Amino acid sequence: MERVPVLKIGDILLVSIQVDMSDQTAVQLQEDLAERIVATGCHGVIIDITALDIVDSFVGRMLSTIASISRVLDAETVVVGMRPAVAITLVELGLSLNGIRTALNVERGMELIAAAQADDYDYSAEDEPDDETTATR
Amino acid sequence: MALSAEENGRLTGLLSEHAERVVQRWTEVATASLRGRLSQAELRRQVQDLHRSMVEAGRGGSFDLESESAGELRAVLAELSRGRARQGFTATETAVSVYGLKDVLLELLESDADTALRDYVAFSSLVDQMGLFTFESFVRTREGLIADQAEQLLELSTPVVKIWEGVVAVPLVGTLDSARAQVVMERLLQTLVDTSSPYAIIDITGVPAVDTQVAQHILKTVVAARLMGADCIISGIRPQIAQTIVALGIEFGDIATKASLADALRHVLRLTGAETARRQPRRES
Repeated sequence: MERVPVLKIGDILLVSIQVDMSDQTAVQLQEDLAERIVATGCHGVIIDITALDIVDSFVGRMLSTIASISRVLDAETVVVGMRPAVAITLVELGLSLNGIRTALNVERGMELIAAAQADDYDYSAEDEPDDETTATR
Repeated sequence: MALSAEENGRLTGLLSEHAERVVQRWTEVATASLRGRLSQAELRRQVQDLHRSMVEAGRGGSFDLESESAGELRAVLAELSRGRARQGFTATETAVSVYGLKDVLLELLESDADTALRDYVAFSSLVDQMGLFTFESFVRTREGLIADQAEQLLELSTPVVKIWEGVVAVPLVGTLDSARAQVVMERLLQTLVDTSSPYAIIDITGVPAVDTQVAQHILKTVVAARLMGADCIISGIRPQIAQTIVALGIEFGDIATKASLADALRHVLRLTGAETARRQPRRES
């Protein structure tokens, strides 16, 4: 069975889907990803679908499920690299990937996650600046 | 519509016997109808070509436009009508160049009254056939021209321009039908990928009317861009258009709409500016 690799880059898990997804591959990916999020404590997941020519309702639902699982584990999911043809097809089919954040490429996706985390830090940062300044000294 | 061997012989005989006179009169008739928009020398050359290929077709056996021996005649006719269509002559002006032969034949046959009528009817039906063939070639060339122009229009009218780092704009001009909307959508999305711009401005200043269908096309483009991770702003909404949109009950939802392209750009810059301002302290820490 083909398996989709999950790569860790800094605080982000990168999943690049390069094979046609089957039921089994999708379930395996969901399990792998959930385990890795817990094991690494990452707060961002980027799913790269540049290589996918076809995104049907099955893949769409899989992406939604992964996003939901990640959200429960406090990780932001961003789908990146959707091709124009794929986007047009999804619109024509009336499938809008609700609840999934998207970005043009991996770089933008990482920026998006960084920005989202910056928002989170803004709330908690207020009590901490003293610690940070002492740490740098 | 093929001529009998006898008629064929007489026609070919007439044409080759009075070659100089036929060409001369034919050219005159054709020139009169074209009103000097084509030089006499050019016309004479064309008529000579036609005359020569007709004689050749006649000598090659039975005179039929469909036959193999008339291949060159067909080519000459097609070439003539193609040329006329490109130069912008009307179908009538083109056809007269062929039908002019009838007048010439009538003049030639008047001297020999015996078989004149029967021959003339036979000959003129042949000329009619040639005329129809000319029409067909003419119309085909015209249709080709129109199709080419429509395609050029499609390419010309949908530019995607980069107006700022990370911001592209599509100034839509003219009526937006399904075919054009599709081209605009594809080109915009491809440009977003190529330039990795997270913002697109769709400017509809040049769109004369926005109905539900046009709105649907624009909305689809915006949703597709969102799926890819880019945000769209619609700008250039004229007062009448705004009234139409409201009257039709079209909902743009949470899509940003601005009155002018300048407003849209300012809006985008404020968004990106806010993002960088928010991100700046984090990078330092």
